[in-house]
Amino acid sequence: MEPVIDPKSDSNDVRRKTKAEQDKANSKLAIKMIWVAAGSLLFAFALVPLYDVLCSITGLNGKTDNNAATLNKAKVDESRSVTVQFTAAVMPGLGWNFYPKQTSITLHPGQIETVLFEAKNITSQIVTGQAIPSVTPGVASVYLKKIECFCFVNQSLKPGETKIMPLRFFIDPAIPKDVSEMTLSYSFFEAAKK
Amino acid sequence: MSTTTVANHEEHHDHPTGIMRWLTTTNHKDIGTMYLTFSLVMFLVGGSMILGIRAELFKPGLQLMNPDFFNQLIGVHALIMIFAALMPAATGFANWMLPLQIGAPDMALPRLNNWGFWLLPPSAILLTLPFTLALFGIGDGALATGWTFYPPLSIQGGIGVDFAIFAIHLLGISSVLGSINIIVTLFNMRAPGMTLMKMPMFAWGWLITAFLLIATIPVLAGAVTMLLTDRHFGTHFFNAAGGGDPIMFQHLFWFFGHPEVYILLLPVWGFIPQILQTFSRKPMYGYKAQVYSLWAIGALAVVVWAHHFFTAGMPVPALLYFMYSTMAISLPLAVLFFCWIKTMWKGSMTFETPMLFAVGWIILFGIGGLTGLVLADVAADAQYHNSYFVVAHFHYTLFAGGIMGIMAGVYYWLPKMTGNMYDEKLGKWHFWLTAISFNLTFIPQFFVGLAGMPRRIPDYALQFAEFNMISSISAFALGLSQLLFVYVIIKCVKGGKKATDKVWEGAEGLEWTLSSPPPYHSFTEQPIVK
Ligand code: HEM
Ligand SMILES: [Cu+2]
Repeated sequence: MEPVIDPKSDSNDVRRKTKAEQDKANSKLAIKMIWVAAGSLLFAFALVPLYDVLCSITGLNGKTDNNAATLNKAKVDESRSVTVQFTAAVMPGLGWNFYPKQTSITLHPGQIETVLFEAKNITSQIVTGQAIPSVTPGVASVYLKKIECFCFVNQSLKPGETKIMPLRFFIDPAIPKDVSEMTLSYSFFEAAKK
Repeated sequence: MSTTTVANHEEHHDHPTGIMRWLTTTNHKDIGTMYLTFSLVMFLVGGSMILGIRAELFKPGLQLMNPDFFNQLIGVHALIMIFAALMPAATGFANWMLPLQIGAPDMALPRLNNWGFWLLPPSAILLTLPFTLALFGIGDGALATGWTFYPPLSIQGGIGVDFAIFAIHLLGISSVLGSINIIVTLFNMRAPGMTLMKMPMFAWGWLITAFLLIATIPVLAGAVTMLLTDRHFGTHFFNAAGGGDPIMFQHLFWFFGHPEVYILLLPVWGFIPQILQTFSRKPMYGYKAQVYSLWAIGALAVVVWAHHFFTAGMPVPALLYFMYSTMAISLPLAVLFFCWIKTMWKGSMTFETPMLFAVGWIILFGIGGLTGLVLADVAADAQYHNSYFVVAHFHYTLFAGGIMGIMAGVYYWLPKMTGNMYDEKLGKWHFWLTAISFNLTFIPQFFVGLAGMPRRIPDYALQFAEFNMISSISAFALGLSQLLFVYVIIKCVKGGKKATDKVWEGAEGLEWTLSSPPPYHSFTEQPIVK
C-alpha cells in the first residue's frame, strides 16, 4: 500500500534532524559504503587463487595437475581399458610445427606408457614455447597422471631444429568406470617473456 | 532542458551562471538534468553506430566496412548503450526524483554527486576517441572484442582495448559514487515518519540497484585491471601460456555482468508500478510482495552468472545448478508481473503516453523474460548460444525493458521537471512508431537465430537475407522515430500548456505536492509523513 502523506501536518512523535546531525550521519554511512566497495574489489582479486584451487580440486576446465606424479605402485587394472586421444595445436605467434607421433593409445588404468610428440621450429630465430595441456571430459582430468612431460618446463628450439618430446603417463585406476575415452590436448604458446 | 531551472534562478544570486553553473553545481535537479541530457545524447550516438551495423547486414556479403571495424562498432555500441545511455538515465531520474519523493532537500552528498556526473563525459570520449585516432593513423581503432572483453582476443587487441579499460574504470568510479550517494540519501534523508516500508517503489528499486552496483562494479574493475596488467606488465591472469586461464575472465566478467542486467532494470521496475497506479487511479497492488520480490531478484542475481557460458565447459552438477538457479529468478519476476497487472485490474484506466509505454513495456519485457527462460535451458542453449536469438532476447529486455521503460518515465515526469505539458499527440505517435518498428526489428532476429545465424559476424548465409533486410529497414525506422522523441522533449522544455502541480489526476506521492517545475531548493523544511 502507498503511504498516506500529509506534508503540512506536524506531530510530536517525529522530529526533524538538525543539519549537523544529518551531515555527521551521512559521512559515517558513506564511509561504511566505501569499505563495502573496497571489499568487493579485494574479493575480485581473491577470486583468482580461489578459482585455481577450485579448478584443480574438481578438474573443472580440464586442468591437469602439472607436477610430476610419483611412480605408481597400484596394481594395473587389466579388467578394463581406456583410450586416450592426442591433439596438438600451435597458437598464433609461435612459428612451430607440432604434432603427436601417434593419435591415440589404449591402455589399462595403472599401466605406464610413453607417447612422443614432435616439434619443429620453422623460423630463423631461437623460439621458446610453453605447452598447455587440457583434458576432456573434465571429470577425467584429475585421473591423468603425468610422470614426465615436455609441458612441465619451457621448450627452446634453435632455427630449423626438430625435437622429439616424450610424455610418460598413466591413468589412475580410481578413474570412474564410465570413462572409457578421453582426449588430451596440447596447445603450444609462445612462452611469455619475463 | 536548462530553461526549467533558469526560471527559478532569480532568487539565488549566489550561484555562478553560464557554464560554471553546470560545472560546479551540487543541486540535485541540475545534476539530474545533466545526467538525462548526457544519456539522451549518448543514446543517439550509440544508435547511429548500430545503424552502421544494420546497413552492413542489409545484404549478405561485405559492402560497407571491413570485419574489424564491424566488430569495433558492435562493442562500442553495447558499452555506450549500457554504461552511457541506460545507466545515466536511471541515475538522472534518481537525482531528480528520489529527493522529491522522499521529501529530502537534496542528495546526501552533493559534492560527490557533481564528481559522479563529470566523470562520465571523459569516459564517453575515451570510448569513442580510438575511432578518430585511427583516422589519423594512430592505433587500429576501438576495441574489437564485443562489450565482453573476452581474452585472448582482448589481450592481443590494440590500444582501443586500453582506452575501453580506462573508460570502464571511470564509469565504475562514477557509478560507485552515485550508488553510495543514493544509499546514504535513502537511509538518512527520508522525511520524518517515512519508514522504509513506506518508501515509494522507485526508491526501493534504486536502493537494491545501488547495493548491487557497489558489490559488483569493483569486480569488473578488478577484472579489467588484470587484463591491463596482462597486456602490459607481464602478468598472466588470463594468459594460458603463462599458466593463466581465459575462462576465469568469463567468470569474473559475468559475476558483474549478470547482476548488471538487473542493475539496468530495477530502477525501471520501481517507477513503472507508480505509473500504472497513476493511470489506473487505484493504489498499486501488493506493495510488500513487490518489495520482497525485488530483494529476491537482487539476491539471486549474484549467484547465476555462469548461464552466460554454459558452452565453455562445466561439470554437469554445475550446469544443473546454474540452470535451476537462473530459472528460479522467473518466480519473483512472475510475482512482479502479477502485481503490475493486478494494479491495472478494474482500474479506471486512461492511456496517456506514459501509460502506453508502461503497458507496452509489460508485454514486450514479458517476451524478453520468457525467451530468457528458453536460453536458461542448458540443452537448448547449446544451440542458441552466440546466435541472433540471444541478441533478440536481450534487446527485448534492454531496449523494451530498459529504454522504453525509461521513456515511460520521461513522459511521466517531464511535465513535473519542466513545468510544461509535452505534446500528447506526438508522444503517442512516438510510442506507436517505436513499439512497431522495435518488434519488426527484433522478431526476425529470433527466427534467424533459431535457424543458426551467429552474432557478431558481418556476413551471413543467403537463406537469412529476407529476415535481415526486414530487420535492417525496421531498425532505421526505429532510429528515425527517436528523432521525434528528441523533438517532443525540446518542444516541451521550450514551452507548452502549463502543467499543474499534480500533473496527473491519479498521481500520488510527495513529488506531486511541489510546484511544476519544483523550486530550485525544495523541502528545505522536511514534510512529515504519517
Ligand atoms: C527470467 C529472466 C531471464 C533469464 C532466465 C535469462 C537468461 C539468459 C541466458 C541463459 C542468457 C545467455 C544466453 C547465451 O549467451 O547463450 C542470457 C543472455 C542475456 N540476457 Fe538474459 N535472462 C533473463 C532476463 C534478462 C533481463 C531482465 C535482462 C536485462 C535487463 C537480460 C539481459 C541479457 C543480456 C544482455 C544477455 C546477453 C549478454 C551477452 O552475451 O552479450 N536478461 N539471458
Ligand atoms: Cu544473465
